[in-house]
Amino acid sequence: MSLLVNTSRRVPVGRLVVYGVVLVVGLCLMFAPFLFPDVRAQEVAARICVFIVLVASYDLLIGYTGIVSFAHTMFFGLGAYGTAIALRTMGPGFDAILLGGSLGVLAALVLAVLIGLLSLRVKAIFFAMITLAAASVMMVLASQLSEFTGGEDGMTYTIPRFFSPANTLVEDADGKALRIFGVALNGRLALYYFVFLSSLFLFLAMLRIVASPLGTVLEAIRENEMRAEAIGYRVVSYRTAIFCIAAVIAALAGILRAVWLRYTGPDVTLSFDIMLDVLLMVVIGGMGTMMGAVIGVVIMTLAQFYLKDLMEAGASATADMPLLPDMLNPDRWLLWLGIVFILLVYFFPAGIAGTLMGKGGHK
Amino acid sequence: MSNAILRLDDVYTDIAQYHVLHGISLDVPEGGVHVLLGRNGAGKTTTLRTIMGLWRARKGAIVFRHHDITAMKTPDIARLGVAFVPENMGIFGGLTVEENMRLAAAHGRFDDQRLQRIFALFPAMEKFWDRQAHALSGGQKQMLAISRAIIEKRDLILIDEPTKGLAPAIIRAMIDAFREIAQETTILLVEQNFHFARALGETVAVIDDGRIVHRGSMAELAGDEALQNRFLSLSMEAH
Amino acid sequence: MTKTISDTFERFGGVFLLPVILGLVAFLLIGRPSTWVTLTVAGLAMGMMIFLMASGLSLIFGLMDVLNFGHSAFVSFGAFIAASVLASLGVWVTGGSAAMNILALMAAIAAATAFGALAGWAFERIIVKPVYKDHLRQILITMGALIVAEEIILMVWGGSPLPVPRPAVLTGSFVFGNISIEVYRVFAFLLGLAVYIAMHFALNRTRVGLLIRAGVENREMVEALGFRIDRLFIAVFMAGSALAAMGGAMWAGYQGLITPAIGSEMMILVFIVVIIGGLGSIEGSLLGAILVGLMANYVAFLFPKMSLASNMILMMAILLWRPYGLKPAVKG
Repeated sequence: MSLLVNTSRRVPVGRLVVYGVVLVVGLCLMFAPFLFPDVRAQEVAARICVFIVLVASYDLLIGYTGIVSFAHTMFFGLGAYGTAIALRTMGPGFDAILLGGSLGVLAALVLAVLIGLLSLRVKAIFFAMITLAAASVMMVLASQLSEFTGGEDGMTYTIPRFFSPANTLVEDADGKALRIFGVALNGRLALYYFVFLSSLFLFLAMLRIVASPLGTVLEAIRENEMRAEAIGYRVVSYRTAIFCIAAVIAALAGILRAVWLRYTGPDVTLSFDIMLDVLLMVVIGGMGTMMGAVIGVVIMTLAQFYLKDLMEAGASATADMPLLPDMLNPDRWLLWLGIVFILLVYFFPAGIAGTLMGKGGHK
Repeated sequence: MSNAILRLDDVYTDIAQYHVLHGISLDVPEGGVHVLLGRNGAGKTTTLRTIMGLWRARKGAIVFRHHDITAMKTPDIARLGVAFVPENMGIFGGLTVEENMRLAAAHGRFDDQRLQRIFALFPAMEKFWDRQAHALSGGQKQMLAISRAIIEKRDLILIDEPTKGLAPAIIRAMIDAFREIAQETTILLVEQNFHFARALGETVAVIDDGRIVHRGSMAELAGDEALQNRFLSLSMEAH
Repeated sequence: MTKTISDTFERFGGVFLLPVILGLVAFLLIGRPSTWVTLTVAGLAMGMMIFLMASGLSLIFGLMDVLNFGHSAFVSFGAFIAASVLASLGVWVTGGSAAMNILALMAAIAAATAFGALAGWAFERIIVKPVYKDHLRQILITMGALIVAEEIILMVWGGSPLPVPRPAVLTGSFVFGNISIEVYRVFAFLLGLAVYIAMHFALNRTRVGLLIRAGVENREMVEALGFRIDRLFIAVFMAGSALAAMGGAMWAGYQGLITPAIGSEMMILVFIVVIIGGLGSIEGSLLGAILVGLMANYVAFLFPKMSLASNMILMMAILLWRPYGLKPAVKG
């Protein structure tokens, strides 16, 4: 795709819209406990924070470097499982989070180096298959080593008391948690801000990475691998490096997820459904734009939480028609998502953010 | 020239975001060997691939006989009687010599007379008839690629750097073979080896940076030192 | 020293020795011949069914450079269509008449295969064709198609496990002394073998086969010789999808109980097979499938928890040894 054409077509308005939306999302997340005090909305907000990190780190691979990996939830899961297992065996303490989390991240790093060196020299498609195979083995391991992992059921555990709703951060005159705008300053709030600030930090780190010389080299590799090699870049090393960075960030996101949920199981970390979600989020938001990750995550998460209600209504409204209620059954929401996804890949391969920002996306 | 078998008129070709050809205009007269000279990256291979429809011209027209082939698909161009021997020779290594040739023969049946003539030109083909092509030497692969191009009568053969990496003795054999092939067909040859080109070519075009910078007869170029210095430094400096 | 070993290895069949070596090692570890025979037959049968699913994927990739992540949808559809056909034929399937049994079975397999071919045609035209030569979008779009296909299966057949009636003639076992061999396994093995032989013949003895082999190596040159490779693409895509559906149908009969996840469960093994075997060659697919089938059954018996991981380790080991698989199609 011609770079020249794209620059001339760039619409600053679209760019402003994207940055504006991201800013609004950021502000909403920052003040989420005050803006949306109900429990479900806080779950949504925390999920969005963690997934922005996860999806943006995946975008480092698929969008910025052109690597298709299906092992991203495996790394996510390693971080989560490491934390969860440590919390369960060592008891609720920050030392457990630190140790378990570090081990999880380390495991992710080692695996990423191994997979990267072993197979990043082969074709993209080969790599996709190998990561898919690795991820499914990890999934099977997690369900079979049930004495460590809780198997299919996963495991619940307690997190440090500091993060519990019973912990008061600032006491008022009666010795209860002080309330600001009706929101108690308790451990639960601290936990949310722990998740939010960690996610923000990781997201900014990734923005820094893509703006760094490393990011530029990666884009050069994506655009023309042979040329990059000819110029003298060691393509495999760069790819392995970014693969490891993305894996570590995914594992860190996994720690956040494990601490927030106080539960870790295949369905919330490792499963292929999560991998699909991540893929859909990246593509919907726009590959190769960190802003796209934010938009994709927000749209998909809101859809997951609220679209099903809408479909439910649609299904009951069309109950006596043939086929339609089946198709509008809330369980079938993936059908529609799949169709939307295919259409997006055809017509807007740059995703929402990419299209708005006039980035033609890459071929 | 009205007797041109192939005419390129102001052809522009892009590869990805790179502009490679910037208005190539070229007439290839019917019969004989015609040479396209130029240094690496000048656009010689791109020109051949554009003619063959393997890359699309963004602008301009390519006319073969009286067919406008600019937008035609590669197989249809081939069926008009154009053969292509790419730089990497395009040999099917997992197929035997026979199978490689059979693919190019009309309806998969050999014309015995032509086959015997090919065996006379390149005895190695008969010798290694049942051998897998990847086991052949570089020169033999080149011979196979050329044999495959002439197993049926073609009107135009596009050949990309056939002498690349070949020993001088084999190059001499190639010259004889090309002379014989050129009796019945037209050859458009891309070369960097000037001696090979001079031995065969009737006309020559020099290409540089995606444009034709000189056109004329080979005799004229061969006889004019100044001209050679001007253009062959272009085509030689890569060596 | 190593050179002599590798020379001897090549002389006695090279990589085709691997299943034999695997069998011997397993024999020593298992110790009981009757168990070993049962496991080996099960492994070979499973291998042949996986071969059906994998060979199409491998050829499609080899010829078109398209990796169809939606391939497993054809496996699932094949399984469910065969199950439905068998269920609807009732007494034909369960009755005592062997001829009727076989007819019913043929009908089920034929229906699955025909559906595979038709759906393959539609899939190639609608999903794959617009994204040729663009790997990233190919992976994404076939993935999207897989989601849609799985949802359609859920919509039509529901999510609960579906029992697959097995034709009476294929139930039970052959018994030789203390060795018993399930009839269905023998049938699966023979069917797979027949398909392999037919494919081998078609690829090596026919003009279309010659074109396919040439196309796997160098598509552009096939076009430059005057052949419309897009027509070849459709034919191979249809055949590959039909084979996947046939494999799904056979696998459904083997399992006896199927869920919509059948395709995705098999996909991992199919990918491992294609990677081990080397892309674009049916010999490679056969070899990879047999290795994976044997490995899965031996390990499931010896170390039950290691079954899938063992195949993964096998894949890693083979990739380290031969980065392009055991028997890749020759390129260039």
